[in-house]
Amino acid sequence: MIRKLFDKIANNAVPAVFIIISAFAIPLSGYSASYLVQELLTRIGRNSFLILSLLIPIMAGMGLNFGMVLGAMAGQIGLLFICDWGIVGIPGMVLACLIGTPIAIVLGIFCGYIMNRAKGREMVTGYILGFFINGVYQMTVLYLMGWIIPITSPTLLLSRGYGVRNAVSLLGIRGILDNLIPTIITGTKDAGQFLSINGAKSFMMIQLPFIEGSIRVPLATLIVIALFCVFIMWFRRTKLGQDMRAIGQSQSVADSAGIPVNRTRIIAIVISTVLACYGQIIYLQNMGTLNTYNSHDQAGMFSIAALLIGGASVSRATIANVFAGVILFHLMFIVAPVAGKNLIGDAQIGEYFRVFVSYGIIAIALVLHAWRRNREREAARRSLRGNKGGE
Amino acid sequence: MIKRFIQNAGWPRIIIALFLLALFIAAPFVGVRVDTSLSNTLVRFGMNGVMVLAMIPMVQAGCGLNFGLPLGIIAGLLGATLSIEWNTEILAWLSGLGTQYKISWLNDIFVTAWREPLGFASAIIIAIPIAAILGWFYGKLLNRVKGDEMMIATYVGFSSVSFMCIAWLLLPYKHPTMVWGYAGKGLRTTISVEGYWLHVLSDSLALNIKTDDIHLYIPTGMLIFFAVMAVLVWIFMRTKTGTAMTAVGSNPEFARASGVNVDRMRTISVMLSTILGAIGIIVYEQSFGFIQLYMGPFYMALPAVASILLGGASVNKAGILNVIVGTFLFQGILTMTPSVINSYLQTDMSEVIRLIVSNGMILYALTRKVRAGR
Amino acid sequence: MSENNTPLLRLDHIGKEFYGNRVLSDISFDINAGEIIGLVGENGAGKSTLLNILFGMPVISSTGGHEGALFVDGKKVNFTSPNQALAQGIGMVHQEFSLIPGFTATENILLNREVLNGSSLSYLFSDRVSTLNREEMNARASAAINTLGVNINPDMIVSEMPVGYKQFIEIAREIDRKNTRLLFLDEPTAVLAESEAEILITALKKLARSGIAIVFISHRLSEVKELCSRILVLRDGKLITDQPAESLSARQIASLMVGRESEKKVDLQKLPEEPEDIESENASDSLTQQKKKKKIRPALKVEHLWVDMPGETVRDVSFEVMKGEIFGIGGLAGHGKLGIPNGIMGLYPAGGRVRLFGRSLTLNKPRKALGRKMAFVSEDRRGVGLLLDEPLDWNITFTAMQTQGRFLLGIPYIFQMRNEHAMRKEARKYIDSLNIKCTGPSQLAGELSGGNQQKVCLAKAFVLRPNILLICEPTRGIDIGAKSLVLDTLKEYNRENGTTIIITSSELEELRSVCNRVAIVDEGKIAGILPASSPAEDFGMLMMGQTHQEEGEESA
Repeated sequence: MIRKLFDKIANNAVPAVFIIISAFAIPLSGYSASYLVQELLTRIGRNSFLILSLLIPIMAGMGLNFGMVLGAMAGQIGLLFICDWGIVGIPGMVLACLIGTPIAIVLGIFCGYIMNRAKGREMVTGYILGFFINGVYQMTVLYLMGWIIPITSPTLLLSRGYGVRNAVSLLGIRGILDNLIPTIITGTKDAGQFLSINGAKSFMMIQLPFIEGSIRVPLATLIVIALFCVFIMWFRRTKLGQDMRAIGQSQSVADSAGIPVNRTRIIAIVISTVLACYGQIIYLQNMGTLNTYNSHDQAGMFSIAALLIGGASVSRATIANVFAGVILFHLMFIVAPVAGKNLIGDAQIGEYFRVFVSYGIIAIALVLHAWRRNREREAARRSLRGNKGGE
Repeated sequence: MIKRFIQNAGWPRIIIALFLLALFIAAPFVGVRVDTSLSNTLVRFGMNGVMVLAMIPMVQAGCGLNFGLPLGIIAGLLGATLSIEWNTEILAWLSGLGTQYKISWLNDIFVTAWREPLGFASAIIIAIPIAAILGWFYGKLLNRVKGDEMMIATYVGFSSVSFMCIAWLLLPYKHPTMVWGYAGKGLRTTISVEGYWLHVLSDSLALNIKTDDIHLYIPTGMLIFFAVMAVLVWIFMRTKTGTAMTAVGSNPEFARASGVNVDRMRTISVMLSTILGAIGIIVYEQSFGFIQLYMGPFYMALPAVASILLGGASVNKAGILNVIVGTFLFQGILTMTPSVINSYLQTDMSEVIRLIVSNGMILYALTRKVRAGR
Repeated sequence: MSENNTPLLRLDHIGKEFYGNRVLSDISFDINAGEIIGLVGENGAGKSTLLNILFGMPVISSTGGHEGALFVDGKKVNFTSPNQALAQGIGMVHQEFSLIPGFTATENILLNREVLNGSSLSYLFSDRVSTLNREEMNARASAAINTLGVNINPDMIVSEMPVGYKQFIEIAREIDRKNTRLLFLDEPTAVLAESEAEILITALKKLARSGIAIVFISHRLSEVKELCSRILVLRDGKLITDQPAESLSARQIASLMVGRESEKKVDLQKLPEEPEDIESENASDSLTQQKKKKKIRPALKVEHLWVDMPGETVRDVSFEVMKGEIFGIGGLAGHGKLGIPNGIMGLYPAGGRVRLFGRSLTLNKPRKALGRKMAFVSEDRRGVGLLLDEPLDWNITFTAMQTQGRFLLGIPYIFQMRNEHAMRKEARKYIDSLNIKCTGPSQLAGELSGGNQQKVCLAKAFVLRPNILLICEPTRGIDIGAKSLVLDTLKEYNRENGTTIIITSSELEELRSVCNRVAIVDEGKIAGILPASSPAEDFGMLMMGQTHQEEGEESA
């Protein structure tokens, strides 16, 4: 009984702590509500897809997919190509996805294969694999592109004639999905002012009485994310999803029931990698610039931290965890530096604080998971004891 | 015979060793001096050796590769910065001792001749207890999460580094060479150790031959220090405790059935690893010349882990020879690739090669089939 | 029934050798539809090998296949994987549950046989992208559960079920296969309470009436007799009996299982009553002997011991072992005989009272047990007994080094280094005396053969100069030559040093040939302790839990 209560608290402790931190930090930051809502909406649109890509490997018992950066790299390669070819707008994004997909599939198969060889330590393997593929990626982008791989645009290439510049502008697709269905929420009293500035262009405008200023809603992105959530819900109900759940709980039982364990695990990683590829493309279309050598680096860490902050664990994660995580994590991201500055007079501290929280939360989640697993193993053993063992 | 050798060494190691050999052979043809390269390799070997040595206790005790090395490094950084902060006080206290006991020559030594070595020693002496305490907690933590040590170690390292980022800003350091000039508080990102203990090991007994034909620099003192540390670890692993530790790593059930306290051995191994990491970073800094704070120690575990694996260690077996061979190979490649390949291709590929070699090596070790029976 | 002429399954002269070690020979019998057959036999009688052959387990084909042939419906078959057997309608319920704990009953019963909704996507990819039809699945699961005559909610999560339910779910899973015609049940009642076992037996009878043949493997002879129409007894890889159940009494079955007519081995032990004899070999004077007899105290006294060893739970065990005695502990696998020595040595959580030469022993602390000069040879040689990656001298001397401070140089508690020279010397001594085949003390233990590894384990125990030596499964997995050598070594050690030895073994004959007295463990309790010279069938009855129950009734 007490243990159940304890477990319940432990399961939700992380989101609770973050709500409390935010409750203190938001007033300290002095941001207006509409500013925060605007920022959060943007970030939900930007990050949710990446985080959602983590769900399927968790379902298959492979833990947090630190190898998702592989997908992010595949997406970036797709983007580099469309930039070179000068294809803009939605066609550009679609093409980037089309180019990224086969690369992500190949990387995913490779990743799945490696993880099958390192069962029981998928996470650390995926993590190191991320670095390893990062090396290969850098080699490709920095040396092969423009030399063997045909990239010609001088805006992309370094002055030496090969290798891609550190920062690539994605103006052609910047915000293209976010603004596909332009939507604005404005306060009733600000509506007139907004229209007078922007003109009565083809905006979908929603007027709400209690809003101050105006909020842009990345509606199309949100629709894509919603569709993707539907996909995940559907996927959970398929045979493949059921098999993954079975494997996630017991590989040996699943194997003896005839489920192809290794193959299914590879499929889980491939799906995750491909989705991470799309997620990164969506992320970058919002950012508008690609840091060729760094953008993917943090994608994995921040996504994983956000998911965990949303209350997920290494072995269990839901769609609700994703959105709770995105909101709480980014709320802290937005307010921490300013709160830190206002509190201690140093923005740097808030900056470091949020980095610390990201890493710390992953560390705590991993510890809790391992601890609980070892405890459950012990409990399972104890349950084997006969009736006599009580005293 | 050759087959057996290849099997024992593993393909990746042989390829990398051959690659390094090829680099040394190619060096003269692209105008890179072999002797300077060799000197550089030796310097880097000495700088990194102790940190690689820090892998041994944990690997031997079955705690896996110490991705949490940054924790030890933090202890070392605290020792280093505190030794500078309190440098004057420490020396004054020591010479005070000299005055008190009326040993005037002692005074001279402390104030002048041995100033730098004493500063260095004080850094290590301050760092060791900090590392021991941190290592004790870290060891207790790892005992509770058996089976997941490596991933957790990684994130314990990361979170402690980012926690210290805040601490470096807030801790009440005062020494003018270390804090930001304009604010008067908060430590700088890099702190020079010049005037304190720059090159105390590297330059002592160093062999510096600079003629027209030969440019050779051997940091004898640093190499001797590494050798002493290596011998200490070697001796420790042969003590009763060290033997028990090895047995714990080899088969914890056997060790338990033989009356060994498995968790205690693991904790001791983690403490030792952390202490060696702390000493390692101080050795590194005295040669490098700077203390790198903030995100500096972030990725420092990976090269050390890769080095020992490159030297032939596995996830649960490592020896001194692995450290020596591995550090030499790894640092050799790091020194040679920029110079040789840059001269050839006119670009700096060293970063990419470092990423691929080090992480490829770790991946190789992680995916090797765990031996049957466990 | 029309199929009566062609049996459902026919085994024709099945035999199997593992590396020249014969485990099955010339097994022939038929199984007809709707029949319930009881298959009984000791551990190592060949039951599991027979099952492995029937289900085409890879372990058979990878070790050179088997002799003889299998016929299903009169047609010769050769299974190369369990799935092929399943396709022919032959199912198996294992002793260990193979259920997914977080799944519901339905999900487990239909694991990998889920009912799918048709979907256009499935043409594009595979069936695996179709969604599950939950209603249909629940209906099918309920149907399977109902066939068994039990009432289990199909939406119940397996991890929240009582053990008995899990067994029913396992069986329901096999029933749900549309074509299941023959079902093998391996010790299905072992985990069940009596009332649950009764329900199961009723359910199985009902199943059989519907035409499914059942092979019931159990050691509970009363259940076998109640349920089965025919009883097959396996012993030493041979089919001893194939008779209708009515014609056999439980006692007859037991004696058939263990009974070996060659009773000549039994005369090996002459000292069941006067174990102290052994140490007073020189003092042949009968007077001294009598004096000693009065003084005799138990070397080891165990009272109400329980041990929480997974798969070998000990519930309540009390016994005494005399000084200088060789005491045997026998019983079927999984009944807790291995738990006793492991618990005494502190390797698994244990409770109760253990007295060693009159002084009580702290449990749960291997170091304390070792400190009291007890030595232990584990049944799990590769897992617990050896450091496979370390050289022989390490293996042999490590325990003595850690617990007795030997093979060390330096000052205790301050600085002690291992004395490699002494270690090697000691290792060499045992390599010679036990005739361990190796290249030298620095060879790795993992490179030796099973028999030589066992000798290393013995050497490790001997180095401790123990007062009491506990040995588990001394001859498991080693060849015949090494077997007798190991047993002779033990006897010799006992004779020369007067060491009390407790041997735990699955092989009753081995115990009877070496020990003075043998205790039989059944379901975590001692069923009885008999002099080794007692007739084999008495041991058999104890193992089958027969006498134990009867005795229980008598004493009540």
